[in-house]
Amino acid sequence: MSTTPRSTLDRFVERLDRLDVTHTVTDRDGVTAAVDAVCEPPAVGVPLPDGLGTLPASVATDVAPSALGAATTGVTPATLGVADYGSVVLSTTPDGVEPTSLFPDLHVAVLPTGAVVPDMATALGRLGERIRTDGGSHVLATGPSATADMGALVTGAHGPSRVHVVLVEP
Amino acid sequence: MSGDARSAKAEHIRRILATEGPAVEANTQGFNRGRYESVADLDDYEALKREARRIKEDAIERLPELLDELRAAVEANGGTVYVAADAADATRYVRDVVRDVEGERVVKSKSMTTEEVELNDALAADGVDVVETDLGEWVLQVADETPSHIVAPAIHKSREDIAALFTAAFDPEEPLETAADLTAFARERLAERIEAADVGVTGANFLTADTGTMALVTSEGNARKTVTATDTHVAVAGVEKVIPSVEDLAPFLELVGRSGTGQDITSYVSLLTPPVDSPTLNFERDETGPPDDRAFHLVLVDNGRLAMREDDDLRETLYCIRCSACANSCANFQQVGGHVFGGETYSGGIATGWEAGVEGLDTAAEFNDLCTGCTRCVNACPVGIDIPWINTVVRDRINHADDARFDFLVDGLTPDAEPAGMDVQKRLFGNFGTLARLGSATAPVSNWLAGTGVARRAMERFAGVDRRRELPTFECETFQQWAADRPTVRDADREVVLFPDVYTDHVHTARGKAAVRVLEALGVGVTVASVTDSGRAPLSQGMVDTAREAAETVAESLVPEVAAGRDVVVVEPSDHAMFQTDYERLLDDRYEMLADGSYDLFEYVYGLLANGAAPDTLHLGDGERVAYHAHCQQRTLGVDRYTTAVLSDLGYDVVTSEVECCGMAGSFGYKREYYDVSVAVGADLVDQFTAADAADRTVVASGTSCLDQLDDLLGRSSRHPAELLDPARRDD
Repeated sequence: MSTTPRSTLDRFVERLDRLDVTHTVTDRDGVTAAVDAVCEPPAVGVPLPDGLGTLPASVATDVAPSALGAATTGVTPATLGVADYGSVVLSTTPDGVEPTSLFPDLHVAVLPTGAVVPDMATALGRLGERIRTDGGSHVLATGPSATADMGALVTGAHGPSRVHVVLVEP
Repeated sequence: MSGDARSAKAEHIRRILATEGPAVEANTQGFNRGRYESVADLDDYEALKREARRIKEDAIERLPELLDELRAAVEANGGTVYVAADAADATRYVRDVVRDVEGERVVKSKSMTTEEVELNDALAADGVDVVETDLGEWVLQVADETPSHIVAPAIHKSREDIAALFTAAFDPEEPLETAADLTAFARERLAERIEAADVGVTGANFLTADTGTMALVTSEGNARKTVTATDTHVAVAGVEKVIPSVEDLAPFLELVGRSGTGQDITSYVSLLTPPVDSPTLNFERDETGPPDDRAFHLVLVDNGRLAMREDDDLRETLYCIRCSACANSCANFQQVGGHVFGGETYSGGIATGWEAGVEGLDTAAEFNDLCTGCTRCVNACPVGIDIPWINTVVRDRINHADDARFDFLVDGLTPDAEPAGMDVQKRLFGNFGTLARLGSATAPVSNWLAGTGVARRAMERFAGVDRRRELPTFECETFQQWAADRPTVRDADREVVLFPDVYTDHVHTARGKAAVRVLEALGVGVTVASVTDSGRAPLSQGMVDTAREAAETVAESLVPEVAAGRDVVVVEPSDHAMFQTDYERLLDDRYEMLADGSYDLFEYVYGLLANGAAPDTLHLGDGERVAYHAHCQQRTLGVDRYTTAVLSDLGYDVVTSEVECCGMAGSFGYKREYYDVSVAVGADLVDQFTAADAADRTVVASGTSCLDQLDDLLGRSSRHPAELLDPARRDD
């Protein structure tokens, strides 16, 4: 995986701040502790891919509907970050990245810093290649879910009301 | 339209203004401000818009080929594609899908296309429980109302309205007050329904032909849940939503939220390549299943779109990405919303194109007149659709359609190139040039006559001219007659042909005289053109043939002047806009010569001063405090800045208005059925010009109709900027 320039990462983090998305920066060995520190129990999660560390024991890897419904926190990997927007890309998987990132109130996304790209055009370029190869689905998630339909802006509509990003340095 | 029909329409508009107007205004103006702020953050907004436009032009050009490619991709992914010829075909297919899976409950995320085909009613008739999960749509489902906005469907409802609605409908245990209370209540109720649903229906903002991927642009997360929680996913989308590749999504994803609600991007953009590879979730049995259990149906709706593609004037409508920028930037829409400025499904400026294409002219005719052609939506549209032109063309077709019912009349009796049976009101305003010539020739008698109560009542009854409006006063000596006797400037550096529009020539002659004296003071030789009618008045009434005749006459007169090295200078902004943009539709390649060789008066004055002309004989500001309202079409062309700059540079203390349009918009504010909307739009301008820092300022405006509106509403008289600088004023 390529190395992302410092300026791109700074911009990504600045965007996260503006979206009220909290973040921590760690390395592969620190992921377990970093995730554990921000999880509010009960927590469910999807196993992290190789090289991204491991989930703490406090996070159950269970996407049964009852577990999703009961969980306060959902932990998933993210496969891209978009610096211009503070977006993370959540790629759907048979082990349930989509429901895990959607049903609990707090979503914790674990993202390698090397996956942060500068802008939307670059992100769509990467996604185009991937989708043409494997036909997958992806969600560009930017901040918490929100609605303005009830007379004022409210965060936390059908999806999570809070988002935390764990940035994993190589 | 009959007098009674005008009265009924006026009454409907008054009621909506009173009940829904305040919420619609607050929300749309908030979106519009957000758009300005959000697009300002982009490195190159214009380049992004050009790219989006290019992709749409290419996609619609190659539509049949892209639809084949899309079908192949979706089928290769394991989904099914159905192209529905019309609304009934689309709903029949979806009903069959729901029946085949023995679906009892369908959950939906927001989709205007399902509104268009009236899917909910069709499913409900089969006994299916249909639940809208977008919070705004759900509010409307509970209230049994229709959307008033294509993106934020319940903007006509305030928080208090929604709280009262929920309290009456659900009798909640805890009182619901804040927006957060209402959201939490709705989320909880809807979560239960989503979890127990059999089929999820979504729209699609974009479809990529290369991969069979659909983009869903949402913020609440309900579309994600609708797809994830159900095993059968049905997406209903117009055929025009297809674009070539995933990469082509980039400019649209950057523009759609900014253009619409002023968000840089919405919380979620789902790029789904269905059937999605998430596990299935059975909430009732608390089980998960393999992704292979998921099924996907893509219903591509034609319903008139392929015919629109063949229609040179309506085709652009298919580029629309339904962002709502044209609605939010529209001064009239801001007052009345989609329940007045909308048809069966769509609302706002572009709705005329959609409704004419998918429903028919009759539906478009119900609201098409709300577009005044002010052009403020043109720069706001992320794909650069010429929305005013679509409105003009459809108005022209409506004029001709009306004619079929009056074919016993003889065309030769009419003073224009239009059919005999068209609306009297439109014919009156469209022929203002003829009226003005007659008015000046017979002034002052014409003015006395027009001012009598009997005459005003008759004009209101038969032509729909609102009697609360002051009518223009025609001058006996026209501006052209005045100019004919003037000596020419000797050894002038430049020669200008001043275009004396109908109003300057017959009504506001003072501004024309001032313009001549200002130009001469800057060393320019001025002659006044012999033509006065640009075709703006007939064009605004959808009288395209008459406007084209006028454009021809203007071209015959002015193009040789440009060819001879003279500059054409235009006083009236709406006529300058005709030369700069509308003539492209009305003339051959002479359009470019005239566009390149013609200038807004203050654009020209700015150029003269920048090139060293000495302003010492002009009336300088010396700190005079003025409040300036630029004309909507000057704003769109970006030439309003010249007036502001010249006045500031010459010592005037200028504040400028921030409204999109004054609300008069040519003849619009004179029309009986639209008088109230016009005044409501103007109220924003009045607020700005009566605020503490502006109340004592001289009111200045460039456009005739803006000056009329300001005079009517402010109770202090307004002036044209040329009158401020008029050397004759130094003798005052």
